[in-house]
Amino acid sequence: MLNLSLQQQGDALRAKKISSVELTQLYLDRIATHNPVLNAYVTVEAHKSLAQARSADAMLANGTAQALTGIPIAQKDIFCAQGWRTTCGSKMLDNFISPYDAHVITQFNAAGAVNLGKTNMDEFAMGSSNETSYFGPVRNPWDIKAVPGGSSGGAASAVAARLCAAATGTDTGGSIRQPAALCGISGIKPTYGTVSRYGMIAFASSLDQAGPMGRNAEDLGLMLNVMTGHDPRDSTSLARDKEDYTRDLSKPLKGLRIGLPREFFAAGLSQDVAQCVQAAVTEYQKLGAVVVDISLPNAKLAVPVYYVLAPAEASSNLSRFDGVRYGYRAPDYTDLTDMYEKTRAQGFGEEVKRRIMIGTYVLSHGYYDAYYLQAQKIRRLIAQDFVEAFKQCDVIMGPTSPSTAFNLGEKGDDPVQMYLSDIYTIAVNLAGLPGMSIPCGTGANGLPVGLQIIGDYFKEAQMLNVAHQYQMATDWHQRVPATVGA
Amino acid sequence: MKWEIVIGLEVHTQLSTNTKIFSGASTAFGSEPNTQADAVSIALPGVLPVLNKGAVERAIKFGLAVGAHIAPRSVFARKNYFYPDLPKGYQISQMELPVVGAGALTIQVEPLSGNAKPYEKTVRITRAHLEEDAGKSVHGATQGLTGIDLNRAGTPLLEIVSEPDMCSAAEAVAYAKALHTVVRWIGICDGNMQEGSFRCDVNVSVRKPGEPLGTRREIKNLNSFKFMQQAIDYEVQWQIDTLESGGKIQQATILFNPDTGETRAMRSKEDAHDYRYFPDPDLLPLDITPAMIETVRATLPELPTTKRARYTNEFGLSAYDANSLTSSREMAEFFDASVSIVGAAQAKLSANWLIGELSAQLNRDGLDIAQCPINAAQFGGMLARIADGTISNSGAKEVFRALWSEGGEADAIIEAKGLKQVSDSGAIEKIVDDVMAANAEKVAEYRSGKDKLFGFFVGAAMKASQGKANPAQLNEVLKQKLAG
Repeated sequence: MLNLSLQQQGDALRAKKISSVELTQLYLDRIATHNPVLNAYVTVEAHKSLAQARSADAMLANGTAQALTGIPIAQKDIFCAQGWRTTCGSKMLDNFISPYDAHVITQFNAAGAVNLGKTNMDEFAMGSSNETSYFGPVRNPWDIKAVPGGSSGGAASAVAARLCAAATGTDTGGSIRQPAALCGISGIKPTYGTVSRYGMIAFASSLDQAGPMGRNAEDLGLMLNVMTGHDPRDSTSLARDKEDYTRDLSKPLKGLRIGLPREFFAAGLSQDVAQCVQAAVTEYQKLGAVVVDISLPNAKLAVPVYYVLAPAEASSNLSRFDGVRYGYRAPDYTDLTDMYEKTRAQGFGEEVKRRIMIGTYVLSHGYYDAYYLQAQKIRRLIAQDFVEAFKQCDVIMGPTSPSTAFNLGEKGDDPVQMYLSDIYTIAVNLAGLPGMSIPCGTGANGLPVGLQIIGDYFKEAQMLNVAHQYQMATDWHQRVPATVGA
Repeated sequence: MKWEIVIGLEVHTQLSTNTKIFSGASTAFGSEPNTQADAVSIALPGVLPVLNKGAVERAIKFGLAVGAHIAPRSVFARKNYFYPDLPKGYQISQMELPVVGAGALTIQVEPLSGNAKPYEKTVRITRAHLEEDAGKSVHGATQGLTGIDLNRAGTPLLEIVSEPDMCSAAEAVAYAKALHTVVRWIGICDGNMQEGSFRCDVNVSVRKPGEPLGTRREIKNLNSFKFMQQAIDYEVQWQIDTLESGGKIQQATILFNPDTGETRAMRSKEDAHDYRYFPDPDLLPLDITPAMIETVRATLPELPTTKRARYTNEFGLSAYDANSLTSSREMAEFFDASVSIVGAAQAKLSANWLIGELSAQLNRDGLDIAQCPINAAQFGGMLARIADGTISNSGAKEVFRALWSEGGEADAIIEAKGLKQVSDSGAIEKIVDDVMAANAEKVAEYRSGKDKLFGFFVGAAMKASQGKANPAQLNEVLKQKLAG
């Protein structure tokens, strides 16, 4: 049951082969067994999940069930969910019970899905290893000494370990794709504006985008069908017609033009990752695709540009955590300024403080033009590179991350090394394009390797088709980590 | 050598939308603290702003009213600073690209000193931009604690910035009053200064003629025209005294204390925040199409300047009358409605009664023209009877009092009270003949040159007519008959 796709689980539920309560309990039991080691979930409230499962069973009984009705989904702890503690991986929100639902949560509730719990994450989504979480690091089920990636590390670990049927994530610079790659699962970050950001705690507003994480492309399509759609509460949410993201899954790939950016295969890429990605491209050629050599000349600037813009926005977005209205407040202080300083010094972790300081600096009088404005200009150049590239190809492929999962603590004292693990994913956020990662092999250490697929704006259905056809021909996505064998 | 005063204003007008600029929470004044603070107002994690179109329409309306350029694209920016009543830790405002560009406002200045004559002046408006208000810190409600009320947080404001075009407290007050009139006139702000709907920051500096601008100090948050005048007078004198005694002016933000009549520095330039403005990524640029502008233009009423020109040119009213009649839109509309009843030829009569008797009575009862118990139709009905000679001026006053206290309609009151004046020449001649017959001696005295007795005959004849004789006609007949 745990290895079935969402479609198959849904069929089983609708055929009454299993109830949602039973399915939910199955996952809750696994969480009880494996979460103490993996630390993928921050909050599990079985009675809430089971109550939702009972409602879902009622929908299944009266014939109003939809595709995901009754299916247990893990929610990244960045989404506000009414009555649930919503921490964003921070001490600052350790005690915060959300009084309202994020749009994404509302959508899943309306679809009859079960909220299985809130997954661990890097604090305020700032990190690539899940080591910045106030609630401790998440472990990679393929090797518990290794990181799961981040910031959606809890979601990736939970999906890989079959601690949920599928999960939500968010991706500001690679936070869905990189952990998906490191944990051997599939994940897609849709075009910016496709999924409402309402109720999703902001890191860098112009880059943040929610998306699904699951075991295969078909599951991602079913998840996207629920998550997407215009929301008037988010001014950057696009007013587009609803679409069925699974509609093109079975299209043949004959004639598909795959662009391989030279810059993604240059120095810095591990040999084993390069080999897996090459092998995947060869597989695509067998499926009828043709390969085009392309260039993204400004992609090398993506990391520095990102580390100006994302901290700038974050420094402002995180100002609301001031100890005045909710969340953490330092216990002892002498006056208002002292309260602010102690609250924020104690409530935020090191990486968050680092980025707030960088962001404050680049927006400061006298530095704004040199950093923020300059970065915005380069951002446009990076986006323009993709526009040119998509004149020559239908999708772009390359590695998701330069290496397989590294060990916990390995990059802890070198932020720049950590930042470079998102070198291939960040440009996609800067351009607002959809990007995904699917498993395509294992590296020298036996850990999963991710293939990144980048599509043109709004081409999610095509990307899922491209991924699905590969998954029909290969079985990387079906492998189960030995530590949690299911 | 004399000092020149240089003044510029920044006025925060609260826009009259029912809901906040970025959320659906109510903007009503005076509710229990934090009852109008929704998720967006208190800046819960994850909430997002959505721009209120009503606020944009009001900004456009203002821009059109002052002949300003409406930006086809303006941008919301975040102004970052920490304060307990600023829930997000930043205020959403507009910085580089405001919605309203350069415009101008013509003002009527009434000098405060001596015999100087009123004059007209045009003040240039630099820009006007949309922003959200902060909440309020409530000190002392609980011993030793400061409460935060976020009802006001997110209330839409239009900040209107002028050029430093004003040279006296009188001009600054005249500008503020003209602006106050305009925003109420076009219905974008209720203008309630006690409730903070119209707040003025005044930048003041002094210099010797021909010299570059002096260092300015900004008087914050003036909420009455009287205080504005007092604050400017005090501040100007303070700056002059400081400079003349060899001191220097430091740029500063200052507060006016109405109890002492003094200004005092709140913070100096050194303490000024670095607000780290940057475009708000949660909001798209505000695009305004020509069609939107035209839709708003169609809702714009005739403006005070246009009305004033019409009153002086078409009706031949004095500048003073035209100014008084356009002190508010309600006043002007009352006037227009009464003129439409009595006709343009009687515009002066209408103006006199409106500025005179009616305004005086409103003042006595502490009412606004909008609360006037007499409507324009009733008022016009009374004026029509003055104009056609049915009632005398004193009869009209009686009609007015009756309309004020009991309502009704002028014709019925005239009838009931028997106020119709006698204009029948035969009847007047008979009265005059009777009076002359009864006072033959005095007639003889008059005819022998005692002209002063004319007044006696007017009085006697008027009394005999029980005050109803048409005075002009009576005079005419008396003159003729007494001449013999």
